[in-house]
Amino acid sequence: MMVKRSFFGLAKPRFAYETLKDKPEAVKIPVPKKVTLFLKSPFEPNPLVQTGDKVKTGEKLSLYKGNDEYVTSSVTGTVTSISPYTGDFGKSYTAIAIDVAEAEEQDDAFKGEPSLEKARDFLAFVPGAPSLNSLADPEKPIKTIVVCGIDKDLLMATNPYIVKARTKAVNDGVSILKKIAGADHVIMAMPQYLMKDAGAVGGASGVELREVSDGYPAALPHIMMKEMLGKVLPEGNRPEDMEVCFFSAEAAASIGSAFYEEQVPVTKTLTLIKKDMSKILVEARIGTPIRDIFTACDVSTEQGDRIVLGGPMTGVSVYAEDYPVQPDTDAVMVQANADVSLVSDNPCINCGDCVRICPARIQVSMLVRFCEAGEYEAAADEYDLYACIECGLCSFVCVAGMPVFQHIRLAKYELDRIRAAEEEEMENA
Amino acid sequence: MLSQKKFIVSHAPFWHDGSRICERNHQIMLAALPALIAGFCYYGPKAIGVAALAVSCAMLWELLFNWVAKRPESVGDGNAALIGMLFAMLMPATTPWWAVVTGTFIAVIIGKQIYGGIGANPFSPPAVAVAIMMLSWDRMFDFDEMLLNYELGFPMIYPLTALKNFGVDAVSDFSLCGLLMGRQIGGIGSTFGLGLIIGGAYLIIRGFIRWEISVSFLAGVFITALLFNFSDPVKYGGPLFHLFTGYTLIGAFFLATDDSSSPVNFIPMLLYGALGGVMTVVIRNIGVYVDGVIFTLLIINLVNPLLDKIRPKALGK
Ligand code: SF4
Ligand code: SF4
Repeated sequence: MMVKRSFFGLAKPRFAYETLKDKPEAVKIPVPKKVTLFLKSPFEPNPLVQTGDKVKTGEKLSLYKGNDEYVTSSVTGTVTSISPYTGDFGKSYTAIAIDVAEAEEQDDAFKGEPSLEKARDFLAFVPGAPSLNSLADPEKPIKTIVVCGIDKDLLMATNPYIVKARTKAVNDGVSILKKIAGADHVIMAMPQYLMKDAGAVGGASGVELREVSDGYPAALPHIMMKEMLGKVLPEGNRPEDMEVCFFSAEAAASIGSAFYEEQVPVTKTLTLIKKDMSKILVEARIGTPIRDIFTACDVSTEQGDRIVLGGPMTGVSVYAEDYPVQPDTDAVMVQANADVSLVSDNPCINCGDCVRICPARIQVSMLVRFCEAGEYEAAADEYDLYACIECGLCSFVCVAGMPVFQHIRLAKYELDRIRAAEEEEMENA
Repeated sequence: MLSQKKFIVSHAPFWHDGSRICERNHQIMLAALPALIAGFCYYGPKAIGVAALAVSCAMLWELLFNWVAKRPESVGDGNAALIGMLFAMLMPATTPWWAVVTGTFIAVIIGKQIYGGIGANPFSPPAVAVAIMMLSWDRMFDFDEMLLNYELGFPMIYPLTALKNFGVDAVSDFSLCGLLMGRQIGGIGSTFGLGLIIGGAYLIIRGFIRWEISVSFLAGVFITALLFNFSDPVKYGGPLFHLFTGYTLIGAFFLATDDSSSPVNFIPMLLYGALGGVMTVVIRNIGVYVDGVIFTLLIINLVNPLLDKIRPKALGK
């Protein structure tokens, strides 16, 4: 099932974000037999944690000397392998596989008063993946924190669910974030229908409630900055460059519950989007293979289906069901083979539909020609490559079926690499 | 990995609105059909022959080029057929077969394929073909002579020629209503104004052509003709007369709107269309050609890349 071009093609398509009318029961996925955690650093020999080591639930696992990256074990068990893993765009990670033991034991290293150091030290891998390091950059102070009670992509309702189901934890987290970050403003960004539930959330003092409109891509950071804060991010900048930092409601809830319960949270909430586009909210340990979620929720998959982590516009498809739930996996979507949209190798016919729909006002039809031809510098200098806010709408409407969005992302990625390499050369020279 | 099943891995977004190039071209052909059928009714089997030959030749040229250039076969996208159809609609019903073969060759190969195929052509392919034919065999576009043997119950004179040579008086026999209903001679599919307007409106509503181009083109024609008409009502025809004669309507809805050779940004689209409309009437009124649409199209196609540089500032610029 797909959203089709309307008969009245003159009108722009409009996508509403998922609304969560009542408070559904989340399905609790049993603790799996094995979890896999991804450390965001390339594999190096002789890691500090070795195969055969015993780990406890909530235990912090740093793998490499002099490297601050860590993962948090979401289970109690034995490390069975540590291996290199290649993610999207060829990014290198280290995959840590843990066999789960019968009895669960809670690690107790995390306790004490809330502080930024403590949060950075223990809570970087919690559900919602809070960007805690952004709060500690001395060169880029954060004045405004935006906590989002809405998901970035369509069909998913993970964060609205968190706002409804874990109001207290969100409140606690918001207050703690405000305190430890020393931020002047905290804004709760929520869709209209959540506002009454949010009355309770707003209870935390000094928190402003702001409404996010319900049409995609209103919940993408760039658009929220513009619509809610009246700040237009200069192209290529991140919100942090303008003293703003975004957190999901789930990240706030994780921080809140962590400090109140003195336990590092390890259970991720996510929306399972089934083939018929029905949705279920599920709770699973981080690292749970998505196969376990499918089994628990009666989703059967077949050869040629597509499995997407994230939503339909910006997610990432994976090739195996043993791919694990990550701290930032807000949704898992399954598409039946018949609904899989494929790209074609047609050239751009200059129909201009992408230009009309682009929320960043980019002349996408020209940009994509430069990206496709590998002329990344020209794409950035003349056709606003870095103004793209990565909404994916251009690919969605492309008559030629070109992977427009992918060309753009790839161009950004490549140009970043080229520029980084050049800088390094300059420094070395 | 344990999994034996192969899942499809691709890139975001995982939805597509289902629009396709072939649907677009087929819809444009559908929209052009009423005007073409009206031509069939007026001119009979000869017109059908020209149209059928043009569509099939255009498709064959495309296929041949695909083979010769060892490119993927692209006849399926409907673009060659559309080009053939539009070419036929611009020609008189008595166009000889060799001219159809040559014209479609020019349109498909020289007008489109040598630039790299669909989306890469800088000019509207049917306009290129007709322009070259006009320069090489100008008598073929002398509709009075070409359609000499027809007696259709309305004045068998090409309105624009009559206007140019003898002034407004000479065309007083034409009622606007008659013109709109196609009671005038001309290209097979260019005379039934009402059909072209309905087809164009359909394409605009469905978003297959860009309304800004058509509307500004027609506005350009209207306003310029109005000004000329004010200055000398005896010599220069009225605005509606110019709208409903010659290639104005087919140009505004089907030729100027060619995706590849027209702008996509808002202001450039307006300028592009308006420039086309103004120049059409200027050529008709003070130029050497009776109808300015085809050459105007080539000129606005030429300035299109320049115009399309006028665009809004991107977010965060
Ligand atoms: S993904 Fe496409 S539509 Fe969205 S901002 Fe980037 S270029 Fe524009
Ligand atoms: S939507 Fe696709 S075909 Fe149309 S202009 Fe954009 S890139 Fe080209």
